[in-house]
Amino acid sequence: MPKPAKKPVGAQPENPQRVLCDGAVVENQWQLLQLGGDEDVSAESLPAGNLILPLTLWLELRGTLQARKNEIGVWLDSDETADLIGDAAKELPLIAANFPAFTDGRAFTAGRLLRQRYGFTGELRAVGNFIRDQLTYLTRCGFNAFAYQGDQPMEGLLDSLQDFSDSYQAAVDQTQPIFRRRALA
Amino acid sequence: MYRYDEQDHKLIRERVAQFRGQTERYLAGELSEEEFLPLRLQNGLYVQRLAPMLRIAVPYGLMNSTQVRRLAHITRKYDKGYAHFTTRQNVQLNWPNLEDVPDILAELAEVEMHAVQTSGNCIRNTTTDQFVGVAQDELIDPRPYCELIRQWSTFHPEFAFLPRKFKIAVCGAEHDRAAIRAHDIGVQIVKNAEGETGFQIFVGGGLGRTPIIGVSIRDFLPETHLLSYLEAIVRVYNQLGRRDNKFKARIKILVKALGPEEFARRVEAEWEQIKDGADQLTPEAIAWAKRFFPEPVYKTVDAAHAGALLRDQAGSNKAFSRWLERNTFPHRVPGYQAVTLSTKPTGVPPGDVTDRQLEAIADLADHYSFGEVRVTHEQNVVLTDVEQEKLFELWEAARKHGFATPNIGTLTDMICCPGGDYCSLANAKSIPVAEAIQRKFDDLDYLYDLGDLDLNISGCMNACGHHHIGHIGILGVDKKGEEFYQVQLGGNASENASLGKVLGPSFSREEMPETIGKLLDVFVENRQPDELFIDTYNRIGLEPFKERVYAKAS
Repeated sequence: MPKPAKKPVGAQPENPQRVLCDGAVVENQWQLLQLGGDEDVSAESLPAGNLILPLTLWLELRGTLQARKNEIGVWLDSDETADLIGDAAKELPLIAANFPAFTDGRAFTAGRLLRQRYGFTGELRAVGNFIRDQLTYLTRCGFNAFAYQGDQPMEGLLDSLQDFSDSYQAAVDQTQPIFRRRALA
Repeated sequence: MYRYDEQDHKLIRERVAQFRGQTERYLAGELSEEEFLPLRLQNGLYVQRLAPMLRIAVPYGLMNSTQVRRLAHITRKYDKGYAHFTTRQNVQLNWPNLEDVPDILAELAEVEMHAVQTSGNCIRNTTTDQFVGVAQDELIDPRPYCELIRQWSTFHPEFAFLPRKFKIAVCGAEHDRAAIRAHDIGVQIVKNAEGETGFQIFVGGGLGRTPIIGVSIRDFLPETHLLSYLEAIVRVYNQLGRRDNKFKARIKILVKALGPEEFARRVEAEWEQIKDGADQLTPEAIAWAKRFFPEPVYKTVDAAHAGALLRDQAGSNKAFSRWLERNTFPHRVPGYQAVTLSTKPTGVPPGDVTDRQLEAIADLADHYSFGEVRVTHEQNVVLTDVEQEKLFELWEAARKHGFATPNIGTLTDMICCPGGDYCSLANAKSIPVAEAIQRKFDDLDYLYDLGDLDLNISGCMNACGHHHIGHIGILGVDKKGEEFYQVQLGGNASENASLGKVLGPSFSREEMPETIGKLLDVFVENRQPDELFIDTYNRIGLEPFKERVYAKAS
């Protein structure tokens, strides 16, 4: 196996107060949970309310969280692939994918696979250090929510969602590549 | 050639508008240097040693005369009146102002051109053989597939932030003129026993500081699955490619780490999941793509008459005969020939052309070759469809404009990166080395006697000058602040691809022409009749060359 990519230090995602969801700015209803590393966490010790758990914790506790099914989401770090959630994605209300750096593009693939392979229909949220200029690509890969933590105004983010009116290749938003649409036209 | 429809125009205009906004935000301090970097790179904009550099995309090297004229206009209006053809069949401007780049892109968009993904960690311009459509050894014309790959890879939302840059080349002929085994993905068009078209897929080739020849991971991929297979490869790479060290981030390192069999297994597993999806190249889709590359309306010519005329002209004019021998290429249609316009006269950086030369190229293309030109990965320009009867006329015109140097394929037709004169990464200059070698070996009879010989020069280990796959490769190295040059022998970009071996300790710039002279002496003394340098080298090995070059003066 290739050496796993190291995670950049201090690149953990934040919990901004407002997020962009389905094209509108809304209050963030979900708390993304970070683990320091050595806490002993059980289903009982989790705080109340909507929680986004790190993948490893969710994998460990998922059997005991049935009662809170609709308020437990999962976040994938950039070195965690979508198949680690797999078909269980169908049952989740929210999945977040982290961008430790905006140049780390692994989560684009995670988004597509969750939507197109694993049947995920809930909120797919980009968290971490993505930038405004990536919003159209993120949308095309199935992300519909953005926990933007940069310092540009939210209104600019809304503008960037409109950068492109069409696309060449198939993805989540457009299931037919342009060559197919044209060849049949 | 492919022509934009309203959707292409709209998308490219939207891209220009997006980049204009990004440039404005950067100049206003709203976008950090770090954030602007990948955005400008994906629009072809580098910041170089002396000025920004803008790399303009030429999809698979193909342009029409209108586009070439627009390039001439752009070099005059926004730059210093010249442009540079690159080994990726693109065009570079060396002196644009950052503030002007959105306007340049807008002017390009009007003639169906752009600078999308000519740099950055994304899928770059797909390249191919410059003689597609006309070569006698061509199995299938790769252009429709190249165009489908172009569309698939342009603004690909999943693959715009890969671990590193990603290069694809396609070859449709027996002889590989696209160096596909030196690419992240090399696509060889093949036919199976049933006569069906398909592709052999190579992965993990590449140059740079860890040069590797690509390995075949699939002998026959049915035509319909080309895009899904490419998507599977890039998806595996995007998920598993290293991101902690940019020198180990190319797909070649991943293929090496996993082993080609395991890499192939993962690609096949991914591909199984998507192969019957929307990316399938249905017969309708392929027919649609092929419509953009119709055969030109060739004249029916009396080939015997044309051939006799050429022989007469060549017989009575030595200079023309030399040019005919080196700068033209056989055509599959009787009475036609392809012509390479050399950008390698002595004293001009290889690949550089002036605005006037660009206009001349456009005029020649209109007069002699259905208005189309090709950029070659050796940094020359090709007119593919010239009537034999018009070759003499074309030669005279090309001579007038300075690109009839009859050196194609010879020692002085070298690939050379911009080197330390322009590039901020370079350890050494490369252009003056090219020039010194051209000056020393200006005797055409001697050059022709040496036969086909690839000499490639890079100013640093990033290998933009492809030194690893030159029969003779020269690499600029830095030793305690001084420029030196390492020599490699035995590289080969063709279907018999191989990497050069280092000859020994490096040389000063002044020593280079003489060193090359000694290497050529060893070749001439050892060659069998009509043997090429690379074949002699493969037969006798490195030692005789090494002994001569490093022999102590007695």
